[in-house]
Amino acid sequence: MSDRESRRIGLPLERFEDRALLLGRGRFADDMPVPAGTLHAAILRSPHPHAEIRGIDAAAARALPGVFAIVTGEDVRRWTRPFTVGVKQKMEHWCLAVDRARYVGEPVAVVLAEDRYRAEDALDAVAVDYAPLDAVVDPQLALAAEAPVLHAGVGGNLVSERRFRYGDPEAAFRAAPRRIAITIDYPRNSCTPIEGLVVLAEHLPGAEGYEVLANFQGPFALHPVMALALKVPGTRLRLKTPPDSGGSFGIKQSLFPYVVLMCVAARKAGRPVKWVEDRLEHLVAASSATNRVTTLTAAVSAEGEVTALAWDQLEDCGAYLRAPEPATLYRMHGNMSGAYKVRNLAITNRIVLTNKTPTGLNRGFGGPQVYFALERLMQCIAVELDLDPLEIIRRNLVPADAFPYRCPAGALLDSGNYQEAVARAVAEGGLDELRRRRDAARREGRLYGIGFAAVVEPSVSNMGYITTALTPEERHKAGPKNGAQASATVALDPLGGVSVAVASTPQGQGHATVLAQVAADALGLEAAEIRVTVELDTAKDAWSIASGNYSSRFAAAVAGSAHLAALRLREKLARLAAAQLNVPAGEIRFAGGRIFAAGNPENSLAFARIAGTGHWSPGTLPEGAEAALRETVFWTPPTLDPPNDADEVNSSAAHGFVFDFCGVEIERDTGRLRIDKYVTMHDAGRVLNPALLEGQVRGGFAQALGAALFEEFVYAEDGSFLSGTFADYLLPTTAEVPEPQILHIATPSPVTPLGAKGVGEGNSMSTPVCLANAVADALGVADIRLPMMPARLKALLEPAEPPPPARPASPGQSAAR
Amino acid sequence: MPRLSRDMRHPIRLVVNGREMAGDAAPRLLLSDFLRHVLGLTGTHVGCEHGVCGACTVLIDGVPTRSCLVFAVQAAGRKVDTVEGLAGPDGELSPLQLAFQRNHALQCGYCTPGILMSLSAYLRTHPEPDEGALRDMLSGHLCRCTGYTPIIRAALEAARELRKES
Amino acid sequence: MKPPAFDYVRAESVEETLAALAEEGDEARILAGGQSLVPMLNYRLVAPKLLVDIGNLGDLAAIEADGAAVRVGATVTQAQFLAWPGLAESLPLLAQALPDIGHYQIRLRGTVCGSIAHADPSAELPLCLVALSGTIMLRSRREARDVAADAFFSGALSTTRAPEEMIVAVRFPKRRSGCGYAFREFAMRRGDFALVAVAAIASDDGMRIAVGGVGDRPRACDLPPLADAALADALNAFAWELEATDDHFATAAYRRGLVRSLGRQAVAEAMRCRG
Repeated sequence: MSDRESRRIGLPLERFEDRALLLGRGRFADDMPVPAGTLHAAILRSPHPHAEIRGIDAAAARALPGVFAIVTGEDVRRWTRPFTVGVKQKMEHWCLAVDRARYVGEPVAVVLAEDRYRAEDALDAVAVDYAPLDAVVDPQLALAAEAPVLHAGVGGNLVSERRFRYGDPEAAFRAAPRRIAITIDYPRNSCTPIEGLVVLAEHLPGAEGYEVLANFQGPFALHPVMALALKVPGTRLRLKTPPDSGGSFGIKQSLFPYVVLMCVAARKAGRPVKWVEDRLEHLVAASSATNRVTTLTAAVSAEGEVTALAWDQLEDCGAYLRAPEPATLYRMHGNMSGAYKVRNLAITNRIVLTNKTPTGLNRGFGGPQVYFALERLMQCIAVELDLDPLEIIRRNLVPADAFPYRCPAGALLDSGNYQEAVARAVAEGGLDELRRRRDAARREGRLYGIGFAAVVEPSVSNMGYITTALTPEERHKAGPKNGAQASATVALDPLGGVSVAVASTPQGQGHATVLAQVAADALGLEAAEIRVTVELDTAKDAWSIASGNYSSRFAAAVAGSAHLAALRLREKLARLAAAQLNVPAGEIRFAGGRIFAAGNPENSLAFARIAGTGHWSPGTLPEGAEAALRETVFWTPPTLDPPNDADEVNSSAAHGFVFDFCGVEIERDTGRLRIDKYVTMHDAGRVLNPALLEGQVRGGFAQALGAALFEEFVYAEDGSFLSGTFADYLLPTTAEVPEPQILHIATPSPVTPLGAKGVGEGNSMSTPVCLANAVADALGVADIRLPMMPARLKALLEPAEPPPPARPASPGQSAAR
Repeated sequence: MPRLSRDMRHPIRLVVNGREMAGDAAPRLLLSDFLRHVLGLTGTHVGCEHGVCGACTVLIDGVPTRSCLVFAVQAAGRKVDTVEGLAGPDGELSPLQLAFQRNHALQCGYCTPGILMSLSAYLRTHPEPDEGALRDMLSGHLCRCTGYTPIIRAALEAARELRKES
Repeated sequence: MKPPAFDYVRAESVEETLAALAEEGDEARILAGGQSLVPMLNYRLVAPKLLVDIGNLGDLAAIEADGAAVRVGATVTQAQFLAWPGLAESLPLLAQALPDIGHYQIRLRGTVCGSIAHADPSAELPLCLVALSGTIMLRSRREARDVAADAFFSGALSTTRAPEEMIVAVRFPKRRSGCGYAFREFAMRRGDFALVAVAAIASDDGMRIAVGGVGDRPRACDLPPLADAALADALNAFAWELEATDDHFATAAYRRGLVRSLGRQAVAEAMRCRG
């Protein structure tokens, strides 16, 4: 059974998903059939960033034609309870604002009507008596004693503070000749999938509880959160996902409060209820990455070696600490030393609430905030020491012979060769030529810079890392949390057909194609022969709290689980075949749709013949053999322990590596940034489908470019929201996204079943800071804030403008007066 | 034409993908909703409903149009083409669709129908586009998954295939 | 994001359209390409009682040139105007500006007159009409009148059109001999409304510079022949006069900077192509 020869894994197969999508026959959430009598929901949202809700009069709305019912906080109090929160604080987050609204866009009431048009008509007729309160949107101002307090029970807006110490940072800082620091104000943004959130909820009349179809992406740790909020056992909340999902990038995690809300609505109406989030709702209220103020200080030797890092992170999670927050802040916790061998760390983490939309999963999840600070700091160290930034990176990288490498805060860097990755990127990406281009441009007086970024890309999150936000004592009380259960089922049908089912809820990444490749290799079949289903039904499928599509866990964990399940099935089939072919099971091979003896391929049987045995003739199985019918494997990475009493945690199972460099030019007149060249080197371990992997890199790069140059959720000081349409929140288009040069090396992970690591999030972490470092190099400035919009860069390169003319008279005749 | 009352649904007849179809629509019903929820043609997707993302693009009398910015009543009596009409009679993918599949020009596939519709019209009138022209034309479509380059590659390849065919 | 309810009529004639406007006044809106109006409806920023669809009015579909001007009818799309064979010769400014309007898909439906009627302060067509001192041709059941572009735009999304009037056409004065025309625009992304757009018309006798995207409407100023420092001073003075404001994309100072730099480029280009 040690036959690991693979012929499909590693090939850039075309996707089995594409045909239906290209024909317009995809099955997205809003395409799925709805039961007769389904009502359509429209949500009334708070126009105020902070206001008491004194009362709601829905009588006029209810009287409008086509309107069936109005759901308010009263109903929510009756049938639900507040969501479970990750830290111990007296604050309540309901699926609807019950007595106070805390951000613009917070749901306040739901209208149920015969169609969405009518439901929206009634929104204006719902009379809400608001008493506006002062709002605070700046995380630093929110800490002030006089700041408006969002949750009275907390007494302030600081909801969590923890200090960590690894190694001996004080001694390292005392000993270091240089101390170099940077402060970063990382903005809010979101990967804004083109398909919005969709929920179809039904309350069944018997004891079945609730049934929901939603384009939820996981983590399914939120399933218990929803069930608890609905006050039903988990088995009474059946959650199904549709076969297709129009992108998520983390964002569709944030639909779980709407599942609860629509369940309440369906219960009140006694009818199925469907809600389709529109773009305005999505931008104002779905989710966003956290904004974070970070001060990062390094102890630096004269040669540029970083001997200690001191992190001070102030995380802004918006109006509520919505699960799984404060995960954004702790996702990277085990690896706050990045790609570097620094052994001494001091970390202060504070979490503050403000009158903004609650935060959540977003591609990169915590990585962009960390690496923007860390890699900007490395560039600043180079400037201060007058050394080449690449040289600073090189001098600090974890040595190639140190793997597996335990980081000071507990992450186990499973494999890697950062030096080789950098060397090959520099050579294959043409850094020397880029430097010549920079020199030539500068000789002409142009503003040209080169940036670098080195990033460790974590994948397969440890479900216990979030508990690092608790003290060891609190953790002891609550019981240990850890691991990352992935599941896959491989089954045989009576005609010998093979199917694979997983709980990975893909949103376009091509999971079905990769799983077919994996199962095909294990069973000696063609990938096209494998039927893969990715829609999930919590009542019938194998799943666990770590299920879902996040933390780049598919290739490393889910595909690996499918591989293990297929191998189990193969083992059973081999024993059946061995009896029929009269050879030991160890000599049985699978290839070309046949099962045969290794030494004598003529001695063979059709795969389908053996595969159907478990169905047709279980009575004829050899002594002691089990029927081969269906194998479900739950696999959790063996290296994911709970955080220990020293607060060390291996926050992720696999750690890839990304090294980027780029050349940019800034137009002097306009401040517009043009990317001349972008090189991105990835080590994602073993590559399962290179075409899909490149798709992840390219797509991640484009989103990161958006975050770097265009995208920000902007709030005015008074808490009003300024980025409410796609004309205000700008996504990059074909005209703005250049093609990066994508390079690979592979150091397979010893931890994951197939040696694969995640790859989908690396550029979210590396690209914004790589571009910012290039801008810093071009302009000779240190203080760079994202997004690097033309007006911001122009202000950096030309702080003062010509004054107005002395006399207000125009030299010409103004014609438009 | 008589004034159509806001409170009533009115019969709409039109030709969709070469076939006569009919359904009822209030004056304010967006063509995107009419196609999806009245005619059951769910291949046309809705991404922003303010004319920016391009996901809902269909052809009206051959002209690429955001169906979220048109009312069903406006399409009465006209020819509408949607993604469901691109393939051959037995479901064989068109050269454009095949090029998308070969080039991995889609991931979640949500924005894809709109892009295919814009391209199917554009390549008819611009049989030899260069990359710059395609990037300009497709800047009217948002895609969050692919980083765009595979879409451009697929379009260039499809244009070559279509030139060979004609 | 669904529009509020309205009645709908597909007009068969201009007279029918004007009758509907006379009857409903403010409560009626003309629907042509819909690229500005329908988003406003979907946002529920407007809630007219009646939409009058003029899409079928063949007699408003013409682009006609006489000796002095090009007349563009109310249903002519931006794409049709861009494809009009006489454009580069007669209207070099429009030939440069039209490709910057929205995207291909928007231009295919959006009408020239609709953009004028919508009066977005950042839009290209109102700017060009002001720069060229063009005319808006209005009709109501009672009268027909022509309004100079300068007098038409009265603020952001606001014009001096009376509720019972419709734009039947706009007139763009043709290229004058001895004049050069140039257009420069800076937008956040391809196809976005301009942060700043500048149109320049230059001849030996002087120059006219119009700016969009700054302030609540496009503005023009006429200058004597200027160069170098004097031109820079004049552009700076004009930039300050425009009462730029901050928004979340750009500061007022940044917009003034673009007026200066795009203005300089546009004037230089217009001077170069005097002919």
